[in-house]
Formats: sequence, C-alpha cells, structure tokens
Amino acid sequence: MQILKLIAQRVALGIMLLFAVSVLIFAGTEILPGDVAASILGQSATPQALENLRRELGLNEPAITRYFTWLGGVLTGDLGTALSNRMDIATSIWPRLKNTLFLAFWAAVVSVPLALILGMLAVRYRNGWIDKTISGFALASTSLPEFFIGYVLIFFFAVKLNWFPSFSTVHDAMPFLDRMKAIALPATALTLVVLAHMMRMTRAAILNVMQSAYIETAELKGLSQLDIIRRHAFPNAIAPIVNVIMLNLAFLVVGVVVIEVIFVYPGMGQYLVDHVTKRDVPVVQAVGLIFAAVYITLNMIADIAAIVSNPRLRHPR
Amino acid sequence: MATPTPSNSDNLLEIRNLKIEATSYPPGEPPRDITIVHGVSLSLKRGRVLGLIGESGAGKSTIGLSSMAYGRGGVRITGGEVLLNGRDILKSGRGGIRKIRGREVCYVAQSAAAAFNPAHKLMDQVVEAALQHGVVNRAEAEGRAKALFQKLSLPDPENIGNRYPHQVSGGQLQRVMTAMALCSEPDLIVFDEPTTALDVTTQIDVLAAIKDAIRDTGVAALYITHDLAVVAQIADEIMVLRHGELVEWGETQQIINEPKQDYTRDLVAVHQIDHSEKTATSAPLLSVKNVTAAYAGGVVQVLKNVSVDIHPGQTLAVVGESGSGKSTLARAITGLLPPMEGSIEFEGRTLAKRLSDRKREDLRELQMIYQMADVAMNPRQTVADIIGRPLEFYFGMRGKERDARVAELLDKIEMGKGFADRYPAELSGGQKQRVCIARALAAKPKLIICDEVTSALDPLVANGILRLLLDLQAEEDVAYLFITHDLATVKSIADSIAVMYRGEVVRYGPKSKVLTPPFDDYTDLLLSSVPQMEVGWLEKAISGRRMASAGN
Repeated sequence: MQILKLIAQRVALGIMLLFAVSVLIFAGTEILPGDVAASILGQSATPQALENLRRELGLNEPAITRYFTWLGGVLTGDLGTALSNRMDIATSIWPRLKNTLFLAFWAAVVSVPLALILGMLAVRYRNGWIDKTISGFALASTSLPEFFIGYVLIFFFAVKLNWFPSFSTVHDAMPFLDRMKAIALPATALTLVVLAHMMRMTRAAILNVMQSAYIETAELKGLSQLDIIRRHAFPNAIAPIVNVIMLNLAFLVVGVVVIEVIFVYPGMGQYLVDHVTKRDVPVVQAVGLIFAAVYITLNMIADIAAIVSNPRLRHPR
Repeated sequence: MATPTPSNSDNLLEIRNLKIEATSYPPGEPPRDITIVHGVSLSLKRGRVLGLIGESGAGKSTIGLSSMAYGRGGVRITGGEVLLNGRDILKSGRGGIRKIRGREVCYVAQSAAAAFNPAHKLMDQVVEAALQHGVVNRAEAEGRAKALFQKLSLPDPENIGNRYPHQVSGGQLQRVMTAMALCSEPDLIVFDEPTTALDVTTQIDVLAAIKDAIRDTGVAALYITHDLAVVAQIADEIMVLRHGELVEWGETQQIINEPKQDYTRDLVAVHQIDHSEKTATSAPLLSVKNVTAAYAGGVVQVLKNVSVDIHPGQTLAVVGESGSGKSTLARAITGLLPPMEGSIEFEGRTLAKRLSDRKREDLRELQMIYQMADVAMNPRQTVADIIGRPLEFYFGMRGKERDARVAELLDKIEMGKGFADRYPAELSGGQKQRVCIARALAAKPKLIICDEVTSALDPLVANGILRLLLDLQAEEDVAYLFITHDLATVKSIADSIAVMYRGEVVRYGPKSKVLTPPFDDYTDLLLSSVPQMEVGWLEKAISGRRMASAGN
C-alpha cells in the first residue's frame, strides 16, 4: 500500500532527524568555550585538582567516544549524571517533564478546540464585526509578550480578585482539582499566546477551500453556512491546520521557559534555566534532546495526518 | 411589498422581468455596476424541459441559478420575480430559500469532478440533501440512490456509492451528480452544461441517461448549454439568449427547423469552412518515427509506436478522446517529454530528444498555442510585451523596430494598433487566443502546434479563429499540428488526420480517406457520437453504436 510506505518514510525520516539533532547538540556543547571542571571547582582550583576531576568526569576521552557513550546511555534510558549536584538526570527530569506535559496538555485542550471554533466562526461571519473582533482579539493577545500577559493575569486574577494563586507550585501528592487551580493562570497565558496563530490558519485554510465548486454544490443543497464550513470545507482544510496546531503544541512544551519562570512552575523550562547558569552540560544536552524529540515527533504526526486526510492516498483507485 | 400577482397554476416556474447585476472591477478604473440580465421572463410547466442557449456571457447560467435564488460570484438579483410553485422565492428570506434548495430545485453542475467534495463518499453526498430536508430517512434515501444509480446505468449500483469521487470516471461522476439531484425528488432540476466537459463518446451516454431519467421521473428541467445540437435532443422548448436578453423562445422543432431571428439562424447554421485538401509532398517538414513515450519512469505508456508526418504549409489534425495521448504527442515533439524510443526529424535533421538539448533555432521554428489563452499569458504584461518578447529573444529587435513588427503582427491577427497597450484581462476570449497566435507567429516558425485552441471558445468565435489560422497558413506557409477532440473543426482545417486511441494511431491518412467509409470501430464511434442538429438524433445514434466508449 502506497499510504503505509509514505508513513513509514516519514517515521524513518523523523528518526534520522533525531540522530542528526543529537550530533548537533553534542557538537554544540563541545564548541562552547570554558570547561566544566573549571566552573565546578572555581577560579582558585589547582591544576592537579582540575586534572583529577576531568579524568573522573571522562572529559579527557576523545569527543567521538564520549558521543557514543552518551548516545548509548540515552538509548537505554540513562541520561547521565548532573555535574552540578551529582544527581541522576533521568530521575530528576521525569517529574518535571510530567509537570510540563500536564500544563501543555491542558493548555492544548483549551486552545486547540477554541482556535478551531473561533476560526470557523470567523469564516461564517467573514468580514463582518464578529470576524474582525475575533481576529483583533487573537492578534492582540499574540503580539503582547508572554511575560506581560502572565503579569497582567497575576495582577487581576491573583492579586485583585484572589481567585487563583500567583505561584503555580505543584507537588506529587496534590489533589487533581488543586493542581488544576494552580495551573489555571499559566495555562490561560499559554492559550492566549498560541491561540491566534492556529485560529488565523484555520480561517485562512477554510476560506481557501470555500472557493471550491463543491462548496457551491453544498450551498445549492440548502445547507446552512455553519454546516457547509463544518462538513464540507473543514475536512479539506485539515492538512495546513494540523501543521500549525502541531507547531504550537511543540511550543507549549518547549517554549514555556518564560511562563514557568514567571509562575514558578516546576517544569522543564525552569530546570533548563537553572542548569544552563551552572554550565551543567549533561543536563543541557538531555533537555535539548527531549525538546528536539518533541518537535520532531509532533511535526511527524502533522505530516502523517496530512497524508491520512488525503482521500486519494487513503483510497487509491 | 408589491401585491402578489395571481399566477398560472399550471406553471411550476415563472420568472418575470428578471434583472441581475454585478459589480465589475476593470483594471485601473473605479468599480462599476453592470447589468447581466435585462428583464428576462420565462415560464415552465411541470414535467417540461426548457433549454437555455447562448454564447458565454449570454446570462444563461445566471438565469438558471436564479430559480434557486442564487447569484454566483457576487452576482445580485436586483429586480423581478421568481415564482416557484406559486410563490416568489426571492421574498422568502434566507431560511426559506434554504428550504427550497435541494428540495424543490436541485442543481447539476458542469464539472462534476469539481462539484463533488473529495473528502466524502459519493453516497453520503448523494443522499445529503434528502436527509437535510427530512424527505426520507437514511435507509430509504440510500435505497432511492441505488435505484437511481441503476436507472442511470452506472456500473455496480449497489456499491458505487461507497467510492470516493476520484475513484470513478468523469462520465460516471456526471451521472452520479444527476442521481444526486433526483434523490430528493425535486420538482425542477437545473442542468448547467452537464456534458460540456465530457468527451463526445461519453457525452452521448450521459445525455441518454439524463434524458431517460427526466422522462421516467417526470421532473421538470432547465437545461443550460451553448451547444444547440445537444439541447435539441433533450428539450421540449428552447430559449435563445444573447447579452442577457431574450432573442427567441419556441418549441424545439420550431427553433431548429424554422428559426425566426437572424441570430438564431446563425446559431443553427452549420459553420463548415470549405477547406480543400492539399496533397502530401515528398519531403515532410516534421516526421515522427515510431515514437514511444511514458510517464512515471516508463511505467505508464502513453504513446505506443506512433508515426506521423507533417508536410510544409499543411495541417495534420490529431483527434481522439481525453487520455488518447494527443497532447502527449505534442509534448514528445516539443521535447517536454523525451521519448523512450523512436526519433523526431525536422527538415531532414534529427531533433534532440530533450528540450534542454535543442538549439535556439529549433525552438524558434517550432511554436505552440494552448487551449487556455488566458493562463498562457502573463497578466501583468501588455499585448505589445507579450508579442514583442519572441522578437527580442529570437531576433534581438528593440525599440521602434520591435514596435513596428508588433503593429504588423496585430494587423495580421485582425486586431488594431490600439490593442498594443492593453492587458490580457481587458480582452475577450477570442482576442486572447489571437494574441497567442501572434506571439507564435512572431518567431517566424515553420510549424505551430495548436493544442485544442478553439475548444474553450464559443462556436462563432471559434469559427473566426479557424478562418484566421487558415489565412495565416496561406500567407506564411506555416504548418500546423492541430490537436482537437472536435471532428467538425477537423473537417474545416485538416489536410491529413491521425485518429488516436489509447496511445496508438488507429487511423491515419489524407482527410478525404480518413473520413470516408469503411471505418474502423473507433473512428465510427467517434464520428457517430458528434451531436447533429436534428431532433431524434440521439435515439438513432444510440441504437446504431458498434463500440462502447473507453471513458466508461
């Protein structure tokens, strides 16, 4: 089957990309100036102590050997040990990754359907005041920087109204509802940031399809505008929309650094920022690789969705 | 509100004094309102078929769609009444109009391939209107649809509904669309050029299927077409329109046999150009020898061992239905699709297979004209730029010299100097095609490949283009490779003819020989499928057919 071959190609391509990215990440951190041993021991360290630490950390091995040692570890679930606090990276990342995914998931659950519905409404009332209001609001929320939106939300909903906490501290034992309450503000901020892009793309993709002759056929069957958009235009506009949705979902996972810092949310972003300042190379590599994997996987899903949504490929002659 | 006028209860549809306007946006000028339909009135009794006929821009589709209170592409119904089943649907509001569309009036579009949603199964689309209006439940609707598929002689009526639009052929799709229109058992169906996009061999089957379906269901119909011979087979009455006004309206017999108006007489008259055949020379200009060509790296063979000759100053017509390989032959000759086997000789020398390997002189001597004149021209260049480009490219002409030659060429295509500064968007279809002809002539070619150059034009305009091509051939001694599916134009222009079928030349020779019996089966099918301006031709043709069309 042609379609399975196409999908297999995309998956293989994704895996190859991931390996390429791992090389890039490793090379990138190699090129960075400075030395981990020196930054751990500080300026006053003796050459002998530096040498000892380097040997202990395996920094004297050739780069290619270290790359394959690292890659082998990654493939077996061992992300190495953090240099700064000597903790196992995999065990410290896991709860943070869960937190980031939890926040991203709920932001996506709100923003994706909302963007699609608003996009379809904008098409239904195109060029009227509803369309202009939706587009204006969405564009305004995107043009504002995310930290600004975050602080505005904190000011009104945490400080003035006192509805939600301004610190989104979560821990494992927290009941679900408390957890939801804690992430309400960061999730809202993220939704506002990603909404416009998806909504505008939905609107543009559907409007493009609305020119087709089969839309006229539907209109001449006596269907209402919303039914036409929902049943006849939307299914043919899926491919470009899914692409933009996946880009934004990826942003929800990897682009949350600022929001996590503002709301003091214990996710990947904060973890990354903490360790970048400590020059903790293994952590930066691990987080970079996870972020790259998220991006590549989501884009691969978008490609596959575009293939599957094409009836010509799904049902060959 | 105007007082409701009592209507004749026999009439299903009554259009009174219909006025339709649109806003046009001419380049470089402020938008202005133009009237497309100037107060046309018509009436249609239950179960009758009225043919609306006229050239493009006559307003026939616009009038047809007004029976569904629909204006295509920003067109506005600004005056008059449209009474359907005794009430004015223009006054029934959005919701009221939606209840009529797909229930009382259904629509069959020109291109079914574009009018079906590629994302849904045929059955879902066929029953959609019936379900939308609550006429029947899903099971009954599907039963109806299958019965209609059967009636329209579609293959495998039980299961064809499970297919997607891209999985069935154009002719079948057009019949499925007719089934879709009939499924909610409407009182009226608007057929908008339903067979125009089909091959002649397929058109005849679809036409017969539509005619039977209309007769058996007793539905009334507005049948819109520019082809009088087609409408003569189906309509009870014919209305001739021109520039949005009524020219003549009468029974089909009367319009075909005793037209009263000059314009109708012009339409009915057969526009045959008497073209006497030239005899072949001993040295052909272009010689295609045993050419085999394929797409997808040799997998899909589209030309199989094709050999034809074109003689200097003469015309070879290549005829066949879509998919027969006629345009591929042109692509092979021009080097766009390098042949796998065989050779192409031009003036005694062998041409390089690939376009990129050919010399500029070879390119100059072999020019092309396309079916769609408007997409073959850069919309942002003036006519002078378009015609002047080959003059600069091949002859290095500049400035006054170029302008003089452009004026000369404009004169040759019977267009004045005033057109030099116009843009393609300001020209009519026929004028655009003339500019394309001038552009091809500018290179002083020895051979012009004409790919369906008159197919998109109205019959009278097409006739003018054919005459022009013949005059130019006499003046410039240029040879034509004339690709067409229309046998009438072949008779008017060809010296020799090649009939193609599934990538092979099945009949080839001088025009007089090819068009004289005995015919092979395919040529017979092709010739017998051309609609004749004669009531009752369809039935005769169907019963006399010897071979089924490949399109089905």
